Amino acid sequence: MRFYEFEAKQLLAKQGVPTPKGGVAATPEDAERIAGEVGGAVVLKSQVLSGGRMKAGGVKFADTPAEARTAAEEILKLEISGQLPVSVLVEAKAGIKQEYYLGITYDAVAKQPVAIFSDMGGIDIEEVAEQHPGHVVKHNFSALLPYSDYKMKELIASLGITGRQLTSITRIGTRLVQAFLDYGLTLAEINPLSQLDDGSFVALDCHLDMEEEARDQHTDLLAEFGIDEDETRQGRPPTDFERRGARVDAVDARGVAGRVVEFDGDLGLVIGAGGGSLTIFDAVQRHGGRPANYCEIGGNPSVKKACELTKLVLSKPGVEKIAVIMNVVSNTRVDIVARGVVKGVIESGFEPSEKIVFFRIPGAWEEEGFKILEKYGVEYGDRTVSLSEAARRAVEKLGEAS
Amino acid sequence: MPILVDENTSFIIQGITGREAVNMTRECLDYGSKVVGGVTPGRGGRDVYGVPVYDTVAEAVDKHGATGSVLTVPPAFTRDAVFEAIDNGIKLLVIVTERIPRFEVAQMVEFATMHDARIIGPNCLGLITPEKCKMGGIGGPAADTRKAYMPGPVGVMSRSGGMTTEIANALTAAGLGQSTAISIGGDAIIGSSYAELMPLFEADEATKAIVIYSEPGGPMDAQLSEYVTKNNSRLPIVAFMAGRFMDKMPGMRFGHAGTIVEGKQDTAAEKLRRLEEAGIAVAEEIEQIPALIKERI
Repeated sequence: MRFYEFEAKQLLAKQGVPTPKGGVAATPEDAERIAGEVGGAVVLKSQVLSGGRMKAGGVKFADTPAEARTAAEEILKLEISGQLPVSVLVEAKAGIKQEYYLGITYDAVAKQPVAIFSDMGGIDIEEVAEQHPGHVVKHNFSALLPYSDYKMKELIASLGITGRQLTSITRIGTRLVQAFLDYGLTLAEINPLSQLDDGSFVALDCHLDMEEEARDQHTDLLAEFGIDEDETRQGRPPTDFERRGARVDAVDARGVAGRVVEFDGDLGLVIGAGGGSLTIFDAVQRHGGRPANYCEIGGNPSVKKACELTKLVLSKPGVEKIAVIMNVVSNTRVDIVARGVVKGVIESGFEPSEKIVFFRIPGAWEEEGFKILEKYGVEYGDRTVSLSEAARRAVEKLGEAS
Repeated sequence: MPILVDENTSFIIQGITGREAVNMTRECLDYGSKVVGGVTPGRGGRDVYGVPVYDTVAEAVDKHGATGSVLTVPPAFTRDAVFEAIDNGIKLLVIVTERIPRFEVAQMVEFATMHDARIIGPNCLGLITPEKCKMGGIGGPAADTRKAYMPGPVGVMSRSGGMTTEIANALTAAGLGQSTAISIGGDAIIGSSYAELMPLFEADEATKAIVIYSEPGGPMDAQLSEYVTKNNSRLPIVAFMAGRFMDKMPGMRFGHAGTIVEGKQDTAAEKLRRLEEAGIAVAEEIEQIPALIKERI
């Protein structure tokens, strides 16, 4: 879950990391007022969840409050990667002497947290690592032992930094580690960490991601920031269809039937499990099909959940037919999914044999499942029909029908 | 012999009285696995299909001498259960539980490393050496497991539990059995990656080739490519990559916790490039895997 920049800065400020003077504006009038309070030149930044704001025109400068108002007006109207900003961050613009990079994340190879530092801030750290490897240093640290500040000091000093710069950056770095650990973050990045003309340091921009799995442990913080439970904060805001999918999955605690992502096609997909869904979605596209959605079934969901998911997919405008496909299942029962899907089709007012173009779920309790499908005249395949073949048949049958 | 588990492997199940765990116990017993005990705090003295339940791992290990454990406890209690198992001498841990915070997974793995124990998972279905031992839900009920898995020369490693069985099923249908098949888990940090399991397969005479199933996100494919290049591996590898559509959807999580495109190195395209560079064959469809294996052994 990605925090907006203004939220990330508030969170870091709570931890004692210095951030620029300013505030967040929902309207051009607010922006004008904040610019007046800050005094002098300001920078205005679009609050969206995607990167590349500068290139897209989402960052503007203003010398006066009146200019700030105009700039904010433009930014608030500007979509970036399909998102309108939730607000505009208005901050003091200061002269910058030097830019650094500080980041804490996980190293999946070492399986430990890793702290990364560079004296070339302001650009993408992957780019720096590729082109100027001598300017990026990192160290893994234990998840079991308490973090010791000297490790951060050694990291910063290893790039030849000394004096007050060393102590200042070390202090900010250790606070960033603390925020990373305290809030269940998977990425805590200050880029750039800027030294201003007066010698002081500020986190000019930052990016914090909280792990989905950690959200339950930080409900107070999320409430304080006004972040709703169903705000996914992924690449784009969830659609209404996706929010309804989340509610289907929350019907009971048995298994998964949800994790719906909306696409713009005519073939509804009732698919699973995690890896199977990815494989099936690829296969449908490869055979020229246009999926209306992505979803996941797994962990042996109840009949009710499978039924509700089917109804949801069928309710989407433009969905002509559905394909029900999963990999060979181990714990999810074929008969339970078959019963749920057939029920969902009937409750939506359709004939299962008409609406389900193809059903392919082999594995646990398959004989019982196939009996149900035979009873309702649904075309199905067993384990001798591959996932790709099932996808191809579904796409072909939809083509024939329309 | 195959790797990690065989007919002599005896293990316990932590969280054995949970609904899915009860089913899994039945399945493992039916398949012939030696499930010698179970642990659920407060439920000591009961039994699950004849498997005695204890309050503590210490008691279960003391009575039955197990060296493995399958953990199916709720995410909030998993770290404690893992520490308990390791402190009591368990050396092979299969963590089925999903949605464990990443920091806690890092703690578990670090603790396991300190005690020379191995973790498979989290967020996995376990592992199987066909006809010898099934440790976890992999393959489902024993009858279904026998349909999909048979003994043979192919080692399987997969980030998806379901796709482990899908791939085994395709191999079996083509007359290619499996030495050991491992659902390695779908989280961003897991106990055993492809490259870390490779030396075990390398040392196993029964294994002649490897199949891996992968997804966008994470450095594990790059790590495997590097391993293969550096170690001049004797084992031909065939890889299948799902989720190619995700390359166009950065920042969106699909399937598993670790499956997300955050940077260029996370994309399916970039991972496939690296795998091919290391001489690993890439299958476009699951059904191509058996032929690609047969060409190479």
